[in-house]
Amino acid sequence: MKEYFGNIYSALATIFIGMKITFKHMFVPSVTIQYPEVKPQLPERERNRLYVNMDDCIGCDQCSRACPVSCIEIETTKSLPGEDLGKTSNGKKKALWVTNFTIDFAKCCYCQLCVFPCPTECIYMTDVYEFSEWERNKLVYDFATLTPEERQQKRDNLAKFNAEKEAEKLKAASEPKPEIKKDQPEEK
Amino acid sequence: MMYDFLVDLFGNSTAASIIAGTIQSILPLFAFILPFALFAVYLERKVSAHMQDRLGPMRTGWHGWKQTIADILKLIQKEDIVAKDNDKLLFNLAPIIVFAGSYAAFAAIPFTSIFIGTEVDLGIFYIIAVTGIVVAGILMAGWASNNKYSLLGSMRSVAQIISYEIPTILVALSLVMISGSMSLHTLSEQQTGYAWNWYIFGGPGTELSKFLLIPFMFTGFLIIYISTLAEVNRTPFDIPEAESELVSGYHTEYSGMKFAMFFLAEYANMFAVSAIVVALFLGGYQSPVGYLGDLFNAPWLIPIEQFTWFTIKGIFFVFVQMWLRWTLPRLRVDQLMAASWKYLIPIAFVNLIIIGLITLL
Repeated sequence: MKEYFGNIYSALATIFIGMKITFKHMFVPSVTIQYPEVKPQLPERERNRLYVNMDDCIGCDQCSRACPVSCIEIETTKSLPGEDLGKTSNGKKKALWVTNFTIDFAKCCYCQLCVFPCPTECIYMTDVYEFSEWERNKLVYDFATLTPEERQQKRDNLAKFNAEKEAEKLKAASEPKPEIKKDQPEEK
Repeated sequence: MMYDFLVDLFGNSTAASIIAGTIQSILPLFAFILPFALFAVYLERKVSAHMQDRLGPMRTGWHGWKQTIADILKLIQKEDIVAKDNDKLLFNLAPIIVFAGSYAAFAAIPFTSIFIGTEVDLGIFYIIAVTGIVVAGILMAGWASNNKYSLLGSMRSVAQIISYEIPTILVALSLVMISGSMSLHTLSEQQTGYAWNWYIFGGPGTELSKFLLIPFMFTGFLIIYISTLAEVNRTPFDIPEAESELVSGYHTEYSGMKFAMFFLAEYANMFAVSAIVVALFLGGYQSPVGYLGDLFNAPWLIPIEQFTWFTIKGIFFVFVQMWLRWTLPRLRVDQLMAASWKYLIPIAFVNLIIIGLITLL
């Protein structure tokens, strides 16, 4: 009998305790973040979309080699002797035209390994994470600042320069000593 | 009354009474139940969200107030799926019967002193009888779905509703004993005046028996509230729907408008049981503090105020149902049966006898 009334009392009492707690929670500020309007505070060292500051890039290809998924593709073209490409912000002299610098973010695994080897600190992580696309090829970002015509021009210039050099060499080589060519097959 | 007014308006003939009767019968549906269901679903989502420190719907309109309108539009457009092995006739009939059962209860609920669907003297008796049809509809839905979880859910639901009808009836009976009437309209009229004339405070009058009744009335109120909560299958008594065990019980196989009808019936039922509790114990449509219409000598204002008070009281108890839903976990089947047969029914019987003895004084 005592247990029976004890049960009734404890049932009612615990219901009221529970109701009190839920009622209090009705006035606790909500933890929901209204995402597109309110952005969550990101941690200081979060890793998102890469950015390349092309003004500082010297085209050394170290980031591309560090990348574990090979998502960075760099093509450089040597500058001609007379050209001045300017300096990077930490004083290095630029010697290469970067004619192609693409990062495929569909492949990128956001490991940040490309950031550390960069000698001029021109490739780094930004806090942009909203860059989804409908088509995968739109995720291939081209960072090179030159226009397609300029790139072709730089390549043509180098080819022309090389061709001229080659022609000069041939001209110089055609006159004396042809012995060097004979040596090579014998060594093997 | 509303009906007489309408008959007069259409010219006092047989056709007029038919038109008036039709208007009278569909008015609560379109003027009250549909807007209430839309509001209650929104309230439910908001209450649950804020009790869990969330925000709930926020995208559609200011604080998401258009959410349920969007939902109902979506449900109307949805495909009405009927599986191959369903019992077509019963499957299509079940949502109609469930909704008809819960809507029929509104016929005897007095919204104001001038609007009541039909003036039956058997008010409370009629409501308890007619809501029994819902049980048949639920069992039909579970059986016709040809799905073991649906059938299990509907069987649980039927067992639960039948068990919990007994304490409801016993408490209603004690009220009938005090008031001497089964009509909810008469019961509400008896509780006129101020809040201390409500039956939860012993009813009208100032003699000793009123004060002796108060503790037993509170007990009766708690019992009827708990048992009506179980009758409408809401948490903590939602074992028929038990998402984690039975998918969603008897309406698992339903989609589109048929599902919407079950949903509407559920929310209509929530208000119906709150309205019954309010009419029995808390003065029905009566104001607890007197009427502005009396104060300013404007009799036309009184029904509007009564309707407002009725709605406020009803929605308050619907809110308490939601509050309990987000507070308590679901009962086990044996606990559910124990709560009814071992606790509510004996206490209701003892309460009935004591109230009977006090009214003899």
